[in-house]
Amino acid sequence: MMDTVASPRHLLSTKDLSLSQILEILDTARELGRITAGPMKKLPTLRGQTVVNLFFEDSTRTRLSFESAAKRLSADVINFSAKGSSVSKGEGLKDTAQTLEAMGADLIVIRHSAAGAAQLLAESGWVRSSIVNAGDGTHEHPTQALLDAYTIRTHFPECENSFSGLHIGIVGDILHSRVARSNVLLLTTLGAKVTLIAPPTLMPVGVESWPVHISYDLDDALTSLDAIMMLRIQSERMSELFFPSEREYARDYGLGNVRLNLLKDKAIIMHPGPMNRGMEISAASADNKKSAILDQVTNGILIRMSVLYLLLGGNPVPVEGVLV
Amino acid sequence: MGIVLEQSDIERSLKRISHEIIERNHGIEGVILLGIPTRGVTLARRIGAILEEIDSIIPVGTLDITLHRDDLRLKAPKPLVGTHIPSGGISGKNVVLVDDVLYSGRTIRAALDAISELGRPATVQLAVLVDRGHRELPIRPDYVGKNIPTNSHELVKVQLQEVDGIDQVEILSS
Repeated sequence: MMDTVASPRHLLSTKDLSLSQILEILDTARELGRITAGPMKKLPTLRGQTVVNLFFEDSTRTRLSFESAAKRLSADVINFSAKGSSVSKGEGLKDTAQTLEAMGADLIVIRHSAAGAAQLLAESGWVRSSIVNAGDGTHEHPTQALLDAYTIRTHFPECENSFSGLHIGIVGDILHSRVARSNVLLLTTLGAKVTLIAPPTLMPVGVESWPVHISYDLDDALTSLDAIMMLRIQSERMSELFFPSEREYARDYGLGNVRLNLLKDKAIIMHPGPMNRGMEISAASADNKKSAILDQVTNGILIRMSVLYLLLGGNPVPVEGVLV
Repeated sequence: MGIVLEQSDIERSLKRISHEIIERNHGIEGVILLGIPTRGVTLARRIGAILEEIDSIIPVGTLDITLHRDDLRLKAPKPLVGTHIPSGGISGKNVVLVDDVLYSGRTIRAALDAISELGRPATVQLAVLVDRGHRELPIRPDYVGKNIPTNSHELVKVQLQEVDGIDQVEILSS
């Protein structure tokens, strides 16, 4: 067993993660889950460290998840939401980030509507903190993909170190989904077969070059799936019409009650939330015993604890002017 | 300096430590052993086996102190190996911590922190195979296999059959 995988300072994209790094994050999350389920609810590990949640886009559940993760490891948490802040007065990313670091940030969790914002912050030299990408536009959302992989692993214990043999379907608004993008990269590194299922209008340009199968027919793929991830239709990112009507979308690509019964016995239903019940997923599907949607929420905290611990561990606070 | 303890030395030390544990605690009723990963766990299991032979069965657990360290940012994160507390917990018990080498004392400080979150033992005692000196905290062992005075640039390498395929302790100069 390797004692140290060279410890990275940032988590920006799932494409940067090797198989051994992914397994290290998942194993650490599992152990943290085991420990905090016992008598040690709160660990002193990150005492004295400050985690800043820098959210330029609303996301209550992701922010709460990072906040609980940081607090369970005894870190101090500062929440910054762009609404009602100087950002609305025209302050740029650079000034905002530098201000927060001057307040003592050790790690910045950033959510931004522009793809590449996290990477810019990590590579610009503006700040010395570790950076975690918590969603940048339609680009990536690595901790979501990690918690999805963790959830799949807990339901298929025989796939502990490799997902080969598992068929995972990602259904819906692939075009606008950073969750889909991060998951494709992560799940294929883990060895899973991934099929993207969506109407042609909601498939990203260039999807043919991704390491995935593509289907425009949900019923075709449905019966062979071990896990089905339903994505939310992100109407806030849609400026034009991508499908004729909500009813038609639900009929063709929603996980309704008929399709629910066609799923494999051991298959699990996933959704990154928030759900539009009746649109991409029926209430019966969301509340079915096959649904792992609430597990995903619980696992999200463990994955984020694991990521915070692994990023802050072994990274000496950089000295002024010496950027690693 | 080379090899300072061979297999027979290690065996004798662990037997003596086992007898001392019984003597100090007037038997092993209410005593539990907690090994600190990695090699402390192996040593705790061996002491447990010796105690079972000369007295009776004794609970053996493991205590991973990684998350209680105070040097998080200085050393690369170690994989978590897990804490397993014997059923019955540690409250009111005489807990014997077992580790391979006692050096700065910081690992034991972290272990004491972890223990205080798990319960309130009657006593906490410390057994180590090697005490190499250079303490940075007011911590002392109750049971010592061998005191080996060292320079701080030397490395004490403990190898145990179950982990390394051989039983020996050697001193390497770096």
